[in-house]
Amino acid sequence: MSTISSTGAGPPFGAGLPAAPDLRKKARPLETVIRTILMVSAFLSVAITVGIIFALIRPVIDFFAEVPFGDFFATEGTHAVLPLVGGTLMTTVIALLVAVPLGLGAAMYLSEYASRRARRVLKPTVELLAGVPSVVYGFFALSFVTPTLLQDILSLEVGFTNALSAGLVLGVMVIPTVASLSEDALTAVPQSMRQGSMAMGANRMQTTLRVVLPAALSGVAAAVVLGMSRAVGETMIVTLASGNLKNLSADPREDMQTMTGFIATTAGGENAVGSTSYNELFAVGMLLFLLTLVINVISIALVRRFRQVY
Amino acid sequence: MSVATSTAREVTRTVSTGRSKDKSLGSLVFLGALWFSLFFGVMVLLVLIVDTAIEGSPRFDSALITEYGSRVRPESTGFRAGILGSLWLMVFTALFAVPLGIAAALYLEEFADGDRWWNRLIELNLQNLAAVPAIVYGLLAVAVMALMGFGRSGIVLGGAIALALLILPVIIITTREAVRSVPQEIRQGSLALGATVWQTTWRQTLPSAVPGIATGTILGLSRAIGEAAPLIVVGLAGSVRFDPTGVMSEITALPMMIYSLTSNSQEEFRTAASAAIIVLLIMILGLNALAIYIRNKFQKTW
Repeated sequence: MSTISSTGAGPPFGAGLPAAPDLRKKARPLETVIRTILMVSAFLSVAITVGIIFALIRPVIDFFAEVPFGDFFATEGTHAVLPLVGGTLMTTVIALLVAVPLGLGAAMYLSEYASRRARRVLKPTVELLAGVPSVVYGFFALSFVTPTLLQDILSLEVGFTNALSAGLVLGVMVIPTVASLSEDALTAVPQSMRQGSMAMGANRMQTTLRVVLPAALSGVAAAVVLGMSRAVGETMIVTLASGNLKNLSADPREDMQTMTGFIATTAGGENAVGSTSYNELFAVGMLLFLLTLVINVISIALVRRFRQVY
Repeated sequence: MSVATSTAREVTRTVSTGRSKDKSLGSLVFLGALWFSLFFGVMVLLVLIVDTAIEGSPRFDSALITEYGSRVRPESTGFRAGILGSLWLMVFTALFAVPLGIAAALYLEEFADGDRWWNRLIELNLQNLAAVPAIVYGLLAVAVMALMGFGRSGIVLGGAIALALLILPVIIITTREAVRSVPQEIRQGSLALGATVWQTTWRQTLPSAVPGIATGTILGLSRAIGEAAPLIVVGLAGSVRFDPTGVMSEITALPMMIYSLTSNSQEEFRTAASAAIIVLLIMILGLNALAIYIRNKFQKTW
C-alpha cells in the first residue's frame, strides 16, 4: 500500500475512505477459548505421567512403611523383588535373541532388497504380527510351543510352563517393533553412500552390512532398545506361559515369574485395598515403570541422534 | 558411454528395482537368511491360526456367541458376555480417547510453538507414554477410579478409562501425522481469505485429515480390544452372566474370558478358548481391514 501512495501522483490510494480496520486486532474470545481447550488436552498427556507417579507413590510409601527396603530388594523371601527382575531379564534376553536377528533381517530385506511394490505388500504383513493380542500369543505358547515344539520336536525336559517358551513367543511379538524402526533407520541412509560403495566394487551384501548398517547403527540400536522395552512390559504371554514361581535361576527351562506376571497374578486374586500385598503390587509397578522409563529415554535419545545425522 | 556413467546407471538400476546380478555363494546365503527372517513371522502366524482353529473347530457353533459362560455345561459354554463387554468397552474407550486425542494433536500441530520448552516436554512425554507397559495404565486407572470413589469394581467405566489412557498416545501420534500431511498451501489459502487459525483448522485442515485420523483411531481401538492386562488390574471378572446395561454395569471382556479359561485344565474349556480366540482374531482383523479400506478409499494424495 505504501508504495502506491508514495510513488503515484495525485491523491493517495484510498483517500477519503475511513481507514481499514486491522482484523488481527479484533478481539476473538471464542478463538482464545478453543485454543485453551486444545492446550489443556495436550497438557493432559503430561498430567497422565504425573498421575502415574502419584498413583503409584502413595501405596509404595505405605508398602515400605511395613516392609523394610532390604526385604524388597532381596533374592529370597516373600516380598523379594529380585527373582521377579531376574525372570523379566531372562524372558527379555530370550525374546531379544529371537527378535533382533529376525527383525533386523526383515528390515534389511525391506530397505535394501525389496522393490517399492514388494515393500508395500510385505511391510504390513510383518506388522500384522503386532496386531495379534498378547493373550492369544500366551495361549499359543501353552498349546503349541511348549508341548509340540519344545517337548516333542526338540525333546527338551520342560514343564507345562517355562521361561523359554514364554521368551520365544515374546520374541515373535517384538519382531515388528524391531523391524519397523530399523527399516526407518536403514532407509534414512542417503542413497549416495550406497552408490559410492557399489561404485567401489562392493556387492549388495557388502554394501548392506559394511556401509548401510554401520551408518544406521544408532537408529537400529534405538529399535533394539524399544523392542526391549516392549518385552519388559509385556504381560499376558509371561503370565500364562512363564509360570507363577518366584525363581532366581539361570536355567530357562524352569518356571520364572516376571514383574508383569506378578502384578497380573496378584491383581487377579483377592487383595483388600491397603493390604500389604495390594501395596506390593504398586511397588513392583513403580519399579517396572521406572525401568521402562529409563529404557524409553535411551531409545528416544538414540532416535534423535540418527535423525540429526542426515 | 564412460565407465562412470555405466556404473552409475547400473547402481541406480539395482538400487531402484531391487534386482542384483550378484550370484556369489555368500550373497545368496545372506539373501536366503533375509528371506527367512521376513517370512518367519508369517509362518508363526499361520501355525498359530491353523493350530488354534483345529483345536477350536468342534466349538464353531451358535452357542459360542449366544450363550453365557457356564461352569456346569463346559461343552456349550459361550462368550456372549465377553463379546458384548468388549464392544461396550470399545465404544466408551473411543468416546473418551478420540476427542481428547484429536484436540491434543491439533494443539501440537496447529497452535503450539515447537520451540517452547513446555511443548518440547509434551513431545518427549508422548513418545515415552507410547511405550509405557499396558499394565501400568491399569494401575493408573485403579487410582483414578479410587479418586472418583469406585475402587476396584470391574465396571465398564474403569475398563474404558484404562484402555483410553492406553491408546491416547497412539491416537495423538497418528492424528498428528495425518494433520501434518495436509499441505501448507491449504492453510495459507484459508488464512489469506481472512479465516482465523481455528476456522482454518476446523473447516480446512481437519476435514482433509479425517481419513488418516480414522485409520489411526481404528488401529488404536483394535489394539485396545485385544488387551487383557490392564483389565485384570482394574478388576474385571473372568466371566459374568448378564449383558452390560450402562457405564456402571459390571462386565467382562473377550480377552479376559480367554485368559481365565486358559488356566483351566478341563479339555472342553480349552477347546472353547481356542474357538473364542478365532472370534477375537476375526474382530481384530475386521477392524484392521476397515482401517486399510478407509485409507485406500479416502486417503488423498496431495
